[in-house]
Amino acid sequence: MSDRWVAVLSGGLSHEREVSLRSGRRLSAALRADGLTVEEWDADAGLLARLRDNRPDAVVVALHGGEGENGSVQTVLEMLGVPYVGTDSRACRRAWDKPTTKAELARAGLATPDWAVLPHATFRELGAQPVLDAMVESLGLPLILKPDQGGSALGARVVREAAELPAAMVGCLAYGETVLAERFIEGTEVAVTVVDGPDGPEALPAVEIEPKGGGIYDYTARYTAGLTDFHAPARLSPSAADAVGELAVAAHLLLGLRDVSRTDAIVAPDGTVYFLEVNVSPGLTETSLLPMAVEAAGRSLGEIYAGLIERAVTRTA
Amino acid sequence: MTAPGQQPATQGARSLDPHLRRYAARTAGMTASEIRALFAVASRPEVVSLAGGMPYLAALPLDSLSAEIGNLIATDGLVALQYGSAHGVPELREQICEVMALEGISAHPDDVVVTVGSQMALDMVTRIFCDPGDVVLAEGPSYVGALGSFAAYQAQVVHVAMDDDGLIPAALREALAAVAARGQRVKFLYTIPNFHNPAGVTLAVSRRAEVLEICRQHGVLVVEDNPYGLLGFDGQTYPALRSSDPDNVVYLGSFSKTFAAGLRVGWALAPHAVREKLVLAAESATLCPPTLNQLVVSRYLSTHDWKGQIKTYREAYRERRDAMLSALEQHMPAGCTWTRPDGGFYVWLTVPEGIDTKAMLPRAVTQRVAYASGTGFYADRLGSRQMRLSFCYPTPERIKEGVRRLANVLEGEIQLHATFGSTPRREVSGPQAPSPDTA
Repeated sequence: MSDRWVAVLSGGLSHEREVSLRSGRRLSAALRADGLTVEEWDADAGLLARLRDNRPDAVVVALHGGEGENGSVQTVLEMLGVPYVGTDSRACRRAWDKPTTKAELARAGLATPDWAVLPHATFRELGAQPVLDAMVESLGLPLILKPDQGGSALGARVVREAAELPAAMVGCLAYGETVLAERFIEGTEVAVTVVDGPDGPEALPAVEIEPKGGGIYDYTARYTAGLTDFHAPARLSPSAADAVGELAVAAHLLLGLRDVSRTDAIVAPDGTVYFLEVNVSPGLTETSLLPMAVEAAGRSLGEIYAGLIERAVTRTA
Repeated sequence: MTAPGQQPATQGARSLDPHLRRYAARTAGMTASEIRALFAVASRPEVVSLAGGMPYLAALPLDSLSAEIGNLIATDGLVALQYGSAHGVPELREQICEVMALEGISAHPDDVVVTVGSQMALDMVTRIFCDPGDVVLAEGPSYVGALGSFAAYQAQVVHVAMDDDGLIPAALREALAAVAARGQRVKFLYTIPNFHNPAGVTLAVSRRAEVLEICRQHGVLVVEDNPYGLLGFDGQTYPALRSSDPDNVVYLGSFSKTFAAGLRVGWALAPHAVREKLVLAAESATLCPPTLNQLVVSRYLSTHDWKGQIKTYREAYRERRDAMLSALEQHMPAGCTWTRPDGGFYVWLTVPEGIDTKAMLPRAVTQRVAYASGTGFYADRLGSRQMRLSFCYPTPERIKEGVRRLANVLEGEIQLHATFGSTPRREVSGPQAPSPDTA
């Protein structure tokens, strides 16, 4: 039990505000159950005044998307000298950009599906159809389009036929100006949570995601209880389970992540483990993957985050 | 061990909803949605929300209301906090008749059933008339909360076209003929004749008798939903359909727009036999509408200048309507058209061909403006080129700023479509329960 008092930041103005509010409520309840004093704060124009007038022992950033994951809020916390749980601002900035993380991990020898990054302007200036044709020629079909930044699969579209591409591009570009097009790997989709501990980063059991009816793990499948089956731990061979854990820890270390992260990966039928993306502020809702991994590890959300809060306070002290 | 009615989907799988196989088929569309999630952002003050239909309550005399409610508890608390009749408080039903008289309705208080907002009246009417597969006619577009109720009772909605003068009688005849040709049965026409939600138009007086006559000829009941009738910007009112056909019209009214939405007090006025069934249906749903809230409305009507308050509301909404129309004229890109309401809360905007207002919403939220995309107001997947803009809640300055931002969003979307060409529309979900964002 801890007697720390913490502020859990949730909400914000990103497209993932609702998910973040749910994460914040769930985490706050878990921390209160562990004896901590918790206030839930929105990331709004009153935040700095609250931090100055009522400074907590530490802040936990449960913001998803935008300012909560791109390093902006972390920068403010650093400038004010407020201890916080999570990755520092510079590493956040790098991890926030999906193509950057893929490039860094590919350079380190980790497998990640082939990809191309294209802003809307390129299609406009060079002509959409020739660029789309080149994209299909280069990456093949099916492929998945994602906004280059952001989470919760918002804007993600799986494209199985070339004719679907223009509509999928328009849908994806509603969430940002740049699209990450990635070869779509069929396989076992897993999410691996990594938590820093006294002996370094530790991978919790992988959670396998199995959307019902063979669909993709999109926003609806993520946040409607019952639309997706989960297996925790994932139904992987011991060697594959080790491989996904090693991949997640490697991503955590190579990208300079801190305290907690979640890596999404695909295990292809040939056993290759592909890195998809990393999340520095994983969802903590009733349908989120991190709490399932925590449970599969025989631990509790409150205990893990209370430990991370202690780490945050002591590293700043 | 698996509990009765619960089956694991696959060996060792963990479903986060152990009740999944127990739900009724009608829950199939009740899923999380990207678009609904965006409205969590729209509620933040940084975003100009032109989406919600929230009344402008700042115009209410809160001090005197507070004193009145305190006095009510002090003097009649044991009645106000007790169960009441499913029919509604008698004194309020009498007062409701006085309110309806403003639009030409002559009614007996016994034929009024007080409900938890007119949304409940709508639900009760659908419950007592519709079996699964029955057809309901409704203007296209129509109120999303009505479509949600019809879907909940598995009624099939057939839309009837409108123009600037409201529902088109010829289109009504065509719809009735088409349904009859399919061997289906129309149970009622659901219509919002005045200051339509979402279209903003009003059924021309010259069309009213014809609409009623067509429905009579075809044995179709009329459900007249009139929450905005007293909010004509020039103080004008229109004769209610109910006023000229009391035996074939069920009339729905509400205090949500003329007084206070949070009290959830509405009503149905129905022919005697229908009213009896509505009371029984209401009893099984809620036992009775909240007595306290009914008495608050009743006290308000007897002690406050409620007609003056409606005038205050009208003037506030007219100022906001003017702000929206002038901003639309100033900023909207070519190819956009919109309605010009004489009352109510809403403008219905049509955007250039190929643009999907639902798919565009994330871009709008990024630019800190929100609207209600048009598909929610249709049961048949139309409406992708439309959006509803509400001018009821934001200040005129915020409305102008919101329209300016919306124009930027549209310019960006037009560019996107110029790049990729017109694209087929993506998936569309059917109507769900109304939220404050679309109600």
